[in-house]
Amino acid sequence: MVESYFISSGLMKSYKALNLGKLRYLAIVVGSEEAYQTSKVIELLQWLEAIGVKHVCLYDMEGVLKRSKEAILEKMSNTTVFQEADENDKLLDQKHMMLEFVSFSDGKEAVAKAANLLFAKYLTSNNSSEDQEGEIFTEPHMTEALRAVGSGGPEPDLLLVYGPARCHQGFPAWRIRYTEIVHMGSLKSMRYGSLIKAIYKFTMVRQNYGK
Amino acid sequence: MKKDGRSRINWIFENFVTFLRKCILRVLSVGPIPEHIAYIMDGNRRYAKKQNMIEGTGHRVGFLALMSMLKYCYEMGVRYVTIYAFSIDNFKRRPEEVQSLMDLMQEKIEGLMEEESIVNRYGVRVHFLGNLKLLSEPVRLAAERAMVATANNSKAVLSICVAYNSTNEIVHAVEKACEEKWEEISLLNASGSGYGLIGLECIEKDERENLIKLIDIEKHMYVSIAPDPDILIRTSEIGFRHLLWAILNFQRNHFYLEKKRKQL
Repeated sequence: MVESYFISSGLMKSYKALNLGKLRYLAIVVGSEEAYQTSKVIELLQWLEAIGVKHVCLYDMEGVLKRSKEAILEKMSNTTVFQEADENDKLLDQKHMMLEFVSFSDGKEAVAKAANLLFAKYLTSNNSSEDQEGEIFTEPHMTEALRAVGSGGPEPDLLLVYGPARCHQGFPAWRIRYTEIVHMGSLKSMRYGSLIKAIYKFTMVRQNYGK
Repeated sequence: MKKDGRSRINWIFENFVTFLRKCILRVLSVGPIPEHIAYIMDGNRRYAKKQNMIEGTGHRVGFLALMSMLKYCYEMGVRYVTIYAFSIDNFKRRPEEVQSLMDLMQEKIEGLMEEESIVNRYGVRVHFLGNLKLLSEPVRLAAERAMVATANNSKAVLSICVAYNSTNEIVHAVEKACEEKWEEISLLNASGSGYGLIGLECIEKDERENLIKLIDIEKHMYVSIAPDPDILIRTSEIGFRHLLWAILNFQRNHFYLEKKRKQL
């Protein structure tokens, strides 16, 4: 706690120059009861904007944040909402901060919806008596199908959990294969210094990705 | 005489440590004990480097640590343990490293089938989860033999993820669910009651989007043999005190997490 005070007041020089190159996509999981504190969420987003994080995914299990989307966007100038269609363009856009709003229904239930899309393709291929089975059920096709059903955001590099337990509460499993998960404590006791420290630690870590 | 004395002291010390541990576990058991603990076995190479060991020894030491962990878990009454031993992504490592890992795996799997092994001592049924076709034949055969050999054990379950990764598992489960649904529809069609479902044109749009349900996919997941993990531990160095800490944390948050689970 003392350390985070020092970090916030700019006394620790090493935290000043953050190299955000590794942090392409940041996800925040908030406990649904705490998600009602929209002002706290907005404060957190403002801190992230100040730090220079450009792409943030906000998740809470019940979709409280989804419902508060308008209120959040109103208070944040210079932000846009993540749209699947222009994903590639917006990711390169450095001026705006991009927000994505996700809830539990974008996890397992979205996989079931995507499965139905793949099933339709499977039926078509079976009917045309071509053996394409190996080409339908692949990971890229699944990613595409998830995008088609509206739950296809990018994979976060870092996931910060604001809640009583270190639990991602159903964040879509498809997207967090290599994600670093850090528990930040509860939202109401969030500190700028702790946020900087978590991001800094992440940027200093060497990921092997299995190799 | 001196040697005798020293080994006697060692014996007393070891038994004392075991006794202490069993006391601690008994105290812990007053609170909720997780049903399922999962381990991602990470950090073996880093450990070997730190201790200046030759490459490859880290994995052997890691295996010993794992065996101790399993012993503590089963002593505590944890019914399901899952370990993430080898990822599909690990095949990208240097061929010599992959081969030595495969050899180690085969050696340890065969060890599991021995009489005095931990799985037989605690009545553990072993499952290998993953795309086993990607393994070399001797390893795959050893794994299949181990599954058959322990099929009658019923006190606890050990799931070992090899040639596994989560996205591969999800796609596999979806594929199996689709194949199953196709067979179901074919049978219905054959018996004349399919309403031409194979063509799909006659079905209402929302029915079409709902043919495959989540439950159909979940039952084809490799991990459906066990309930969801209560605790997931990613190791860098692990000993009894880390497990203790994890269990205490679990107990502290148990009430809150159960409430969240019931909300689903």
